[in-house]
Amino acid sequence: MSLAGVLSALLQIALVTVGSPLLVGVMRQIRARLEGRAGAGVLQPWRDLRKLARKQPVTPRGTSEVFRVAPLLMLATTVAVVAVAPFVTTASVPAAGADLFVVVALLTLGAAALALAGLDTGTAFGGMGASREITILALVEPTLLVAIFALSVPVGSTNLADIVTSTLHDPGRTITPASLLAAVALGLAVVAETGRLPVDNPSTHLELTMIHEAMVLEYAGPDLAMVELASAMRLSVFLGLWATLFAPWGIAADAGVGALALGTGVLVVKVTALGAALAAGEVFLAKLRLFRVPELLAGSFVLALLAVVASFFFA
Amino acid sequence: MSEAVFVELLSLSSGIVLLTAVLVLWRRELAMVIRVFAVQGVALAGLVAVLAVRESSAELGIVAAGVLILRAGLLPYLLGRALTAAGPQRRETRPLVNVAASLLAAAGLTLLALAVSAPLVALAPSPATAAIPVGMAVVLIGFFVLVTRRRALSQLIGFLLMDNGITTVGFLTTAGIGLVVELGVSLDILLAVLVLGVLTGWMQTAFGNTDLDELRELHD
Repeated sequence: MSLAGVLSALLQIALVTVGSPLLVGVMRQIRARLEGRAGAGVLQPWRDLRKLARKQPVTPRGTSEVFRVAPLLMLATTVAVVAVAPFVTTASVPAAGADLFVVVALLTLGAAALALAGLDTGTAFGGMGASREITILALVEPTLLVAIFALSVPVGSTNLADIVTSTLHDPGRTITPASLLAAVALGLAVVAETGRLPVDNPSTHLELTMIHEAMVLEYAGPDLAMVELASAMRLSVFLGLWATLFAPWGIAADAGVGALALGTGVLVVKVTALGAALAAGEVFLAKLRLFRVPELLAGSFVLALLAVVASFFFA
Repeated sequence: MSEAVFVELLSLSSGIVLLTAVLVLWRRELAMVIRVFAVQGVALAGLVAVLAVRESSAELGIVAAGVLILRAGLLPYLLGRALTAAGPQRRETRPLVNVAASLLAAAGLTLLALAVSAPLVALAPSPATAAIPVGMAVVLIGFFVLVTRRRALSQLIGFLLMDNGITTVGFLTTAGIGLVVELGVSLDILLAVLVLGVLTGWMQTAFGNTDLDELRELHD
């Protein structure tokens, strides 16, 4: 990897780390305003993180290394994905390529680590949250993989950089039936994977419905800050991946200063717009019953499968 | 129309036809299912219209207009009236196969349609025949709806889905079955929907619901 590649990877890491709590703040603010509340302000997630990071680290009695390593692992896998994905420029992708399957596997590894930590605490809530999270993960994974497969068929490669470059050269490709079906399927998968409505309610601590919050209930202090930061970054990464795959315009092909500035601006606009749309949509949605979630995910799986069929037979 | 635009429009309309067939399986509210069925009618008419422009045939153009009026206007209207007549139960509450499983079954049926129509496509490979599997899949999904749904209206929609699929295959293979044949088939369908709509209304007044599974026993 060249020096320019390393620098642009660092730029992406800095951008996503600083930006993702702000994205969460923007989304909360939009929801608050639409619901007629004043809202805590865009900077509130950062204030929370600062407050948590200053606290003394505490771990529950009887927990093992799994509990302590999980936040680190979650953050590390997310940072690794941010470093290699072509969010701002394709120059950040290493010469060997950033395979989409590896990217998805890394993100899933972080989620699985957190589920193990939930089990490790031995509490009822931790176990319940972990079991629900794994159920949803197991249903989302096939959709993600099949949708990615549909996208890689016309390109002939699962390398993210190749997909972005070929879509930039042939803009008509984004409005084919295969691409539209894959976009909807992947959108549903992203909503389920990041724990947004209608699959999980990110702002609830009601014991019967929470999924993500149930797993992180025992974390406190800097560990909790790390978990919060990592889940905010995962949200940005998933939205960024969606934008990169289906609306790759503005992504720089090299590491020039002007191109990087443009790419950064476009990425911020795209991810903020997606996040705002997600937050605005959530106001009108109620959480699905847990037993109805498999139905939604089966639907997204069928859409992904139809996308593969379409990309094979109408191409 | 250039080759690329033709292929694009053809795959877009056949994609919508297949997607709406899946949505019929997905949604529970019968009013929503009828609306989805109307969208499928529009997509089917679009498919025929694209073929008509391609062949520059006025006859096909008239057929496209007829398909639009019948399948996107008249049939959804009649279904909507049958729904109003069918009383307060407006949802398919408990299909024989649950929704998640039937969606997976739809995926399987689509693959089956691809497998069985491969020899047909191989006879004359062209963009139009490449979309034959879509028609086959809609026929199979329609049959699946017909078999697994309990409400009379859902079964009627399943029957109409099958007919939509057969029509799709017909237009894609032969590029026009002839105005008279198409007219005859359309009248048949219209008559079937009218009769079944009346039957649904009678079932509602006679038995109080339209769950066909309740009709197993004989009464005096």
